[in-house]
Amino acid sequence: MGDIFTVASVTSSGRPVLVENEVECNLLSNVDLEPEDGTANSFVALKSGVLILTTHRLLWLSSAKAVGIPLSSITHIFSSKRSIKSVFHSPRFRFQVSAAVITVVVRGKGDWEVFLTKLWECWRARAWEETTTSVVVSRESTSSGSGMGSGGFYGSDGSVRMVGVAGILRKEQQMWESTDKSLQDAFQDLNALMNKAKEMVLLAEKMRQKLLSTSNSTNQDEMGSKEEMQDWLLSVGIASPVTKESAGALYHQQLSSQLADFVRIPLERAGGMISLIDIYCLFNRARGTELISPEDLFQACSLWEKFDVPVMLRKFDSGVMVIQNKAHSDEEVFARLRTLVATPEVIRTGISASDAAMTLGIAPAMAKEHLLTAESKGFLCRDVSPDGFRFYVNLFPEISPNDLHLVKDHGIYGAWIRAASVSGID
Amino acid sequence: MQRLGDFKLPAFFNYPPYFTLQLVRETREKQVQLWKELILDYCRTQKIFVIGLEEEFPLFSNLVIERSLSNEAREAFLSALVSEGRAEWLDKGHRKCLILWHRIQDWADLILSFVKENGLEDSVMTVEEIRSGIESRGTELQGMDRTVLMRALKVLENKGKLAIFKGTSADDEGVKFSI
Repeated sequence: MGDIFTVASVTSSGRPVLVENEVECNLLSNVDLEPEDGTANSFVALKSGVLILTTHRLLWLSSAKAVGIPLSSITHIFSSKRSIKSVFHSPRFRFQVSAAVITVVVRGKGDWEVFLTKLWECWRARAWEETTTSVVVSRESTSSGSGMGSGGFYGSDGSVRMVGVAGILRKEQQMWESTDKSLQDAFQDLNALMNKAKEMVLLAEKMRQKLLSTSNSTNQDEMGSKEEMQDWLLSVGIASPVTKESAGALYHQQLSSQLADFVRIPLERAGGMISLIDIYCLFNRARGTELISPEDLFQACSLWEKFDVPVMLRKFDSGVMVIQNKAHSDEEVFARLRTLVATPEVIRTGISASDAAMTLGIAPAMAKEHLLTAESKGFLCRDVSPDGFRFYVNLFPEISPNDLHLVKDHGIYGAWIRAASVSGID
Repeated sequence: MQRLGDFKLPAFFNYPPYFTLQLVRETREKQVQLWKELILDYCRTQKIFVIGLEEEFPLFSNLVIERSLSNEAREAFLSALVSEGRAEWLDKGHRKCLILWHRIQDWADLILSFVKENGLEDSVMTVEEIRSGIESRGTELQGMDRTVLMRALKVLENKGKLAIFKGTSADDEGVKFSI
């Protein structure tokens, strides 16, 4: 069976890892793969898994196993025969991989006819060939563009090749023109945009490469904006969004897994906790066109409880909802907050939710939750004034009610007095 | 050190949260306690008997840090004093508060020792004389609130230590000691 199937890698939450430019197209649940009776190259039947169609492969996933069949190895897809038998059977269709014929038995409720149509489309589209050719082309163009390729005045296509500054300028001009054209084409209508989506991703990738290669030479001012640009380009990029169309009834479950994979990096960046609103924006930006609704996001997050994923949805008493790492503990943030509040500057002036948010690198709403938690633990106390709502280190426990003027030299009360006297309040 | 007249303010008077009513129970209890002590301390040294909630009261705002107590906070701190018997509301609307840095019983004891020290055991004095006479000069009785004085005298009258008799006007109410 090693001839027919390749091992497919999956993410920690059970989503397939796609190769470059590979896009998920359709999905059927509860599918068996059976060998055709009597064929020589037989294999053990695979029972009840999810069958995923991508532009490059057919992937069959179950909790225990994940295998793939490259579409390129499919030699024939049999048109499904409608017979009396098929009324009683589960729907099925067949295709041939080298000598073996595989029967797909659809036991789930998915629309297998649509799946089969898509399979035809993808098989004929031969997306796997495009990838390889485009790579070759881009290699050629970079070598000639940099002037390091084989010399001569004639390009591979026979046209006169410009050299020197004029050549570079013309190359640049050409590139701008083609970029401009693809942008214009892309915005013709939504359908066209969907078709262009892959090209846009490629374009983004190219721009990133270009930025990377030039970033060393240019001056300091441009560096900042370039880094920003890079960040921004990197954050574009779920090439294969799970859609209601492609996943059907399994939509929320698949979305939930995809989301679990997606949040890992933003979550790390945000210090282990991130608000649902932020994720909603990031996730939809990454998806590009196949946007999801807030309700779908919430559903997907709620499903995490049922699966073994490293993230969880948490609701604060105030109603604020956040996504946090299971490993992430309040203690850690609390400890960081404790150090922050103990600096002389903060001892003197206190800290607002937005200050804390900036210093800790988290969203203001979350910072406020942490501050309120610290307050309820008796570590901070509040100051409400026309200047706003601030938090101070709680000095009250340190002050002796029997002698109002007593100040112990050690301890936070003394530290506060010293900090306050620096500012000239005293 | 910051001062209000000749009153030395504690350091925490410049601590902004001191002027915001705290929500967390334990923190608030401590805050209320500190306010009670400070109010009694201040009133004792400045001989202040009545605090009006709607009037300016030097302790209730701090110009240096630009903070002042809300009405809710003022009432909360004074109510805490009332519940401990160290203050009394003078009206139902809780707008005026009588501060008892000595309880009525303590005031009564002070009057008794004043009488004994001055050998007035069997003499007659007017109420006004007790507050502002030559004998009381320099003692705690000097400038004492009339309401508080009358209530202390009533306590002593009930114990048979003195008799209060009325003159023609409020000014010349008299006291006959019989200790």
